[in-house]
Amino acid sequence: MCGIIGVIDRKMEKMDGSSIRSALSMMDERGSGEGSGYVAYGIYPEYADCYAIHVFFDNIHETKPRVDELLGNWGWVIYDEEIPTHPSKLRKSHTPWRYFFQPNPRLSPSSETPDEDIVRNLVMRINTANNGSLVFSSGKNMGVFKAAGWPEDVADFYGIQNYEGYIWLAHNRYPTNTPGWWGGAHPFNLLNWSVVHNGEITSYGTNRRYVESFGYTCTMYTDTEVVAYLVDILARKHGLSKELVVKALAPSFWDEIDLMEGHEHYLNRAIRMTYGSAMMNGPFAIIVADHQSITGFTDRIKLRPMVAAESGNCLYISSEEAAIRAMEPVLDKVWMPKAGEPVIGRLF
Amino acid sequence: MTIGSVPLKYRIEIDDNRCMLCERCIENCPYGVFRRVGDKIVINSRNCTACHRCIAMCPRDAINLREHPVEYRSHPLWTVDARESIYNQARSGKIILAGMGNAIDYPIIFDRLVLDACQVTNPSIDPLREPMELRTYIGKKPPRLSIKKLPDGDIELLTKLTPNLQLETPIMIGHMSYGAISLNSHIALARAVTETGTFMGTGEGGLHQDIYPYQDRMIVQIASGRFGVDIDYLERGAAIEIKIGQGAKPGIGGHLPGEKVCADVSCTRMIPLGSDAISPAPHHDIYSIEDLKQLVRSLKEATEWKKPVFVKIAAVHNVAAIASGIARSSADAVVIDGFRGGTGAAPKVFRDNVGIPIEAAVASVDSKLREQGVRNEISIIASGGIRNSADVTKTIALGADAVYIGTAALVAMGCRVCGNCYRGLCPWGIATQREDLVKRLDPDTASEQVANLIKAWTLEISELMGAAGINSIESLRGNRERLRGYLLDEKMMEVLDVKPVGA
Repeated sequence: MCGIIGVIDRKMEKMDGSSIRSALSMMDERGSGEGSGYVAYGIYPEYADCYAIHVFFDNIHETKPRVDELLGNWGWVIYDEEIPTHPSKLRKSHTPWRYFFQPNPRLSPSSETPDEDIVRNLVMRINTANNGSLVFSSGKNMGVFKAAGWPEDVADFYGIQNYEGYIWLAHNRYPTNTPGWWGGAHPFNLLNWSVVHNGEITSYGTNRRYVESFGYTCTMYTDTEVVAYLVDILARKHGLSKELVVKALAPSFWDEIDLMEGHEHYLNRAIRMTYGSAMMNGPFAIIVADHQSITGFTDRIKLRPMVAAESGNCLYISSEEAAIRAMEPVLDKVWMPKAGEPVIGRLF
Repeated sequence: MTIGSVPLKYRIEIDDNRCMLCERCIENCPYGVFRRVGDKIVINSRNCTACHRCIAMCPRDAINLREHPVEYRSHPLWTVDARESIYNQARSGKIILAGMGNAIDYPIIFDRLVLDACQVTNPSIDPLREPMELRTYIGKKPPRLSIKKLPDGDIELLTKLTPNLQLETPIMIGHMSYGAISLNSHIALARAVTETGTFMGTGEGGLHQDIYPYQDRMIVQIASGRFGVDIDYLERGAAIEIKIGQGAKPGIGGHLPGEKVCADVSCTRMIPLGSDAISPAPHHDIYSIEDLKQLVRSLKEATEWKKPVFVKIAAVHNVAAIASGIARSSADAVVIDGFRGGTGAAPKVFRDNVGIPIEAAVASVDSKLREQGVRNEISIIASGGIRNSADVTKTIALGADAVYIGTAALVAMGCRVCGNCYRGLCPWGIATQREDLVKRLDPDTASEQVANLIKAWTLEISELMGAAGINSIESLRGNRERLRGYLLDEKMMEVLDVKPVGA
């Protein structure tokens, strides 16, 4: 069990973090106080062209110089600082740091997307080295804030109400497959992709082997991480639309595909045959965000709850309607999407 | 007579109180164990192969069989088999022939792997209430899809799919040739795969015209002897398989004795009546990987790129590197046959000593292909010693797309694994061409039994998947996270890439 919520203002009007903090607290029944987190898009306009690299350091003096050096070798750190934190009930087990980084594209001449590939490789390198630094956010003009604790405490620790974004995702964790530690809290992020997830992915072994064959390495001992990498491969590398990404991750049943005709039949069969190893199984409700959209979807037999709602320019996706109403009591429309059917909120 | 007779392998006894002298044992035993003298059935136990035909046919349960009724002095090194093989070869000066699979007591990796199930944190799925998908496509898959967005908002798929076999269950029946087994067995197997939505191999024996009605379910084989191969044969099959090697006898060819080459077999194989059918050890047009690549392409050209082409190799030490070479040809699937794979006839020294187990072979091939980023583009079919649905499930979790079964399908038709297939006297009408024996196998009943076996295993696989919270076989494939090694050594677990129980 976990609680998830996401919101997008499709006109890019910014919201501060106070309302999502109270929405997430509505779902404390779904958590255990061992992990909570938030991600917001549009929070660093003054560094919009830089990759905002958020890192957990175990020890500033020993581990940080190694990351400084690595980033220096692959580009330029425009600015860096400790992420401001405030006294709260949390035990501060890591020091969260942020770098605003510009990669040097000439160092990856063979790549079509050199900036992104350099950042992705740096994230994999730092995280697999496992020596006291963990990158937990690496997109542009966005950032993840997470820790082991209740939603309110994590929000107060980072002062989440001081950030303003037009997309927010948040997660209230009840850990089952790995202990509650800071890196294991959601959202999971790679480049501009962020993921919050309620459930357990029974196909994790298959998915992990699939992403590893594309050079990704799973380092956080939790199944959600693999979702971020799958989306990066399918959407960024293979150029599939959000709809097709969801079709690959939670495809139609063969019985349904057999009843389709012509182009639709061929396309659905092609997706399943090509992306069988990317398909996710087990109970899940997931929200994926990037700068343009949020996408919510569940497993093919909807073993986890997901509700969507609209109010003015805002689209909401959550585990519970009560959480959405904590953000916005007056909603134009509330609905329960069918199993496997995506809810996509795009900028106007 | 310096050696004299060796002790009996089996002792047959008849309980006179139960026997009613119906003589069914005499009729049924082609090895000549029984004859009638006056009011008694006289037994020659030395001829017995433990095929159980007499026991199965005795209406009074009067027959009893004991193995090794006479003890040698026991010795851990100089086993009965070691001594008897020496007596045999001291007399004959020849290679010892044997049937069925590896008979040495190697540890069975399958039995040291356990499967996972869901508890609390994720629900298990009940296959009786929820969809459970075992459909499997065998063949080349594109590495990615290319999509073009059209001005009207629609999308166009630029990627073209190549022909694949569509299986409704990941269980296929492996290649056992007409010649090695009887036509009735072939018909029974062909009907069974047609009924269960899967496929079977022809073996290197050509395609008999009585099988034509089931040709859409047949994978036609090209082996080093090229028996029965012409364009008509290639075009009739659903797929084509090039056989390089066989798990029961890696590195050597095949030999069908002339006695088994009756008129029908001679026509189907396109060889003279009564002649030995000898398949050479290598294909004489394949001396390296590029030659294989050419043959794959030639077969594809000949059939206008409409048929998937598989390549079958025996699981040998370097199987992963060989498979990765095959993956770089136009081949659609690589078939890996483990060292427990069965055979009609193989030199015992090969059957028992050459090759590696299928579990390790599948794991290393799957890992190697993934490392090289091509796993998704080629299918892996595994075979060699798969005994039940758990073995199938574990094989798929280790990385296979589908399995071939051979011995299990024969056992479903009555085979007792006596291992005398090469003698052509199979009392069950399976591994024989003798007309009176072939008639014993009713294709209707036998096909029902084989289909039942495939259905039963399919049901069990669905239940195992459901318990593991998986409703589609793609999510089981290569999912080694759902396996644990029980008392396997650390290195073995590294090869299999599984964790130990409790971890």
